[in-house]
Amino acid sequence: MGTATFLRVNSLFKNFGGIQAITDLSFELAQGELLGLIGPNGSGKTTAVNLITGFVKPSRGEIVYRGRSITGLAPHKIVRLGIARTFQMVRPFYQLPAYKNVIIPLYSPRVRQLAGGSYGDLDAVALDYLEEVGFERDSHVAYKSASVLPQGYLKRLELAKAIALKPDLIILDELFSGLSLAEVASIIPIIEKLRKEGKTIIMIEHRLKELFRIADRVVVLNYGRKIADGPAQQAMQTKEVQKAYLGAEC
Amino acid sequence: MERRLERIDRGIKVRSEDVFALSSWREMLYLLSPRVVPVLGFLLLPLVLDNYWQKVLLSVAVFALLALSWDILAQAGMVSLGQALFFGLGAYCSGILNHALGCPPLLALPVATVLGGLMGAVVLLPVVRLRGVYFSMVTLIIPLMFVRVIEATKIFGGTEGLSGIAPLPSKWIELYLIVAVLLAALFGFRRMMNSDYGLVLKAIKDNDRSVTNAGINIFWYKAQALFIAASIGALAGAFMTHVYMFVGMPVFALDYSILPIAAAVVGGPGSLAGAVLGASILVPLSEILRGIGGLRIVFYGCFLVVFIVVLPEGIFHYIQRKYHQFERWVEVE
Amino acid sequence: MFLGTVVYAIFNSAILALMALGFNLTFGISGVANFAYGAMYILSAYLSWMFLHFLNFPYWLSVCVSIVFTMVLGALMYRYVLLRVRGQPLSEVIATFGIGLAILELFQYLGFVGYEYSLPVMIDKSIIFGDIVVDMQRILITAVAIFLMAGLWAFTHHTRIGLAFRGIAQDERTALTFGIDSDRIGMISVSLGCGLAALAAAVIIPLGSISPGDGYDVLMKALAVCIVGGLGSTGGVIVASVFIGFAERLTDTYISSSWTMIVSLAAILIVLMVKPSGLFGRQKELEERI
Repeated sequence: MGTATFLRVNSLFKNFGGIQAITDLSFELAQGELLGLIGPNGSGKTTAVNLITGFVKPSRGEIVYRGRSITGLAPHKIVRLGIARTFQMVRPFYQLPAYKNVIIPLYSPRVRQLAGGSYGDLDAVALDYLEEVGFERDSHVAYKSASVLPQGYLKRLELAKAIALKPDLIILDELFSGLSLAEVASIIPIIEKLRKEGKTIIMIEHRLKELFRIADRVVVLNYGRKIADGPAQQAMQTKEVQKAYLGAEC
Repeated sequence: MERRLERIDRGIKVRSEDVFALSSWREMLYLLSPRVVPVLGFLLLPLVLDNYWQKVLLSVAVFALLALSWDILAQAGMVSLGQALFFGLGAYCSGILNHALGCPPLLALPVATVLGGLMGAVVLLPVVRLRGVYFSMVTLIIPLMFVRVIEATKIFGGTEGLSGIAPLPSKWIELYLIVAVLLAALFGFRRMMNSDYGLVLKAIKDNDRSVTNAGINIFWYKAQALFIAASIGALAGAFMTHVYMFVGMPVFALDYSILPIAAAVVGGPGSLAGAVLGASILVPLSEILRGIGGLRIVFYGCFLVVFIVVLPEGIFHYIQRKYHQFERWVEVE
Repeated sequence: MFLGTVVYAIFNSAILALMALGFNLTFGISGVANFAYGAMYILSAYLSWMFLHFLNFPYWLSVCVSIVFTMVLGALMYRYVLLRVRGQPLSEVIATFGIGLAILELFQYLGFVGYEYSLPVMIDKSIIFGDIVVDMQRILITAVAIFLMAGLWAFTHHTRIGLAFRGIAQDERTALTFGIDSDRIGMISVSLGCGLAALAAAVIIPLGSISPGDGYDVLMKALAVCIVGGLGSTGGVIVASVFIGFAERLTDTYISSSWTMIVSLAAILIVLMVKPSGLFGRQKELEERI
């Protein structure tokens, strides 16, 4: 129980009806780390994130964030404590222009609290965040309706919405999925900038090559259990991990 | 040669955007008339109408308020099939305040508004957490059940209701009070829904999971929207109690639930102005058609279905579009 | 006296269950809340009446034809109205509500009110148990209710189509990827729901007379049972209708008949406060939607 442990997940269990989605999951995260949460499809990665962020209540187990238990808290309360996440299936507010999408998180009590009680000009702040994630200012793409944006921009929008909450822990659920190599290459610097700012990051990814370039550590899940936990190369050498991904040992 | 319909903003719309509106009278007129004309209409009509039509105007204002209330809830993602609940709660509150406690109408009105709003919100609070359909179902049932309860237990005057409620000081105050309230509500809440607060409400309807993910407690916001809508409805009900000088079971009648929905859907859901427009069309229409009795409601039902399927944007948005844009056929290369 | 109350409470529960089954089924399968349900119930009764009196069909034929007719009407309603607004629950509610309204008020306007508008009892006999008089129609209702509920349970749990229905109810998107045509299932579910309404009307209406105002009552009762029992759950309908049925009957006998509505209202309010999704409800707030 040290101050170094930023996030600790303790023996999490979750079953939906008859399906055991997560079995005895435990891992720790130190502040400033970038953790990769990987595993084959259906291994429970998103469920694990849902448990941490409060969208799903665990059947058993506990989650401790910065020394305080957040198990069972409502999702919006967890966000207010400084944890932000993106969703795998990106779904913006389609009828709104891109920058108005970012105003929603800016309206949350957390941002107001951090800003010292006043909101200021939300439109300008929203545009700034969009620029940070790569919405070129002169192209006015930030003003376009979210329904016409291509996937690359939608993912960046989702990222902007998370960053706007000024979180200390960011969880990115398959941010790279559906993006071209060039797009991924252009988003990575944004993530590295977040790391430099001291943020702790968890990334669920299938694009392992790109992920391993930036991750400090990975936790590998399979059928809801943790089968490896350590630096990327080391984890990928484990027989179990190879079997899980490839069906057989290499 | 293939053709497509192209919609372009009118020149005058573009010219009147931003500061340039001040550049000429024409542009300012373009911007102001859609707002000024209805306001003037509501303010001046009472002076030129005869008694009968003044009562109709009163009705228009009351149903417009109910439609406004419905629209606010709908924009936040809650479809109320029981505006009569709020109407009835406000009506009874004001009636009882006056009848039992001797409260003067001008005091009973605001108190009943807040009280009715609170009660309406509290009753519906548990269902706000669930899927939208539950909300609609419960709003439909509860006023109908209230009727049975009053009938059975004979409280608050039972089937005969409470009569001898004090009226408002004069006919003119009656009329202008409700018109003023309507205009204030229309412009005030329109402002609110266009602000960032309204943005959050509309976002909740669009994708509530995303809003929760932004650290916002969606149930608290929905509860607020509920309270606002319930209060507006309660005000309408309280007002009518003093107009009729009577309150009884009929305040929970289906009529008060259905006409506001029809008005908002026909007039243009999602824009409070549409709700007022719809009420201004349907209420006089229903007066003119008074002769055909129950067939009116059949028409409301048909209107509802036709509009929601064929012209879901409503009349207001249609007019707004025509006002701001013109269409032309262009050839597709 | 007590036994008599219990027997009639059972009948009451059967009536409630029959009324709620169709609405619950439609919602459980396709998520469509059919607010025209009460109207369909009354409509089918009037149709039977018209076949009987204007066309002189034999009674059993009138009932059968009107059930089929109502099912077709339900399917048409889905095809031409609901399909256009599918996926927008707000519009679905308003559209079905409008249709139901138009139908009921039309009958009211055309004057189809009065005691001559009633359907004859199907089996005109009574049985006497000790000091309790029980009429065969009520026994028929109970039998039909039990048969239907058992049949529906077997259908949704043991036939391919039934399982497909449950699949759609739980996860429409995934069901689609299995080649299940969700529009068709939607149409079938609305049609079936209306058919069940018609069937319920066929056995229940003979107890009294047909009146358009009852359409709202039926909708209300169906909603009450579904709210208390939980939408989409047949088990919930059974438990809720027994609960409300007994509560109403006991109140009627031991307190006063005008208080029965209060009991139903109280039941709803209590359930809403304690477990808003209903006793067997599977609505898990956000959880179900992730």
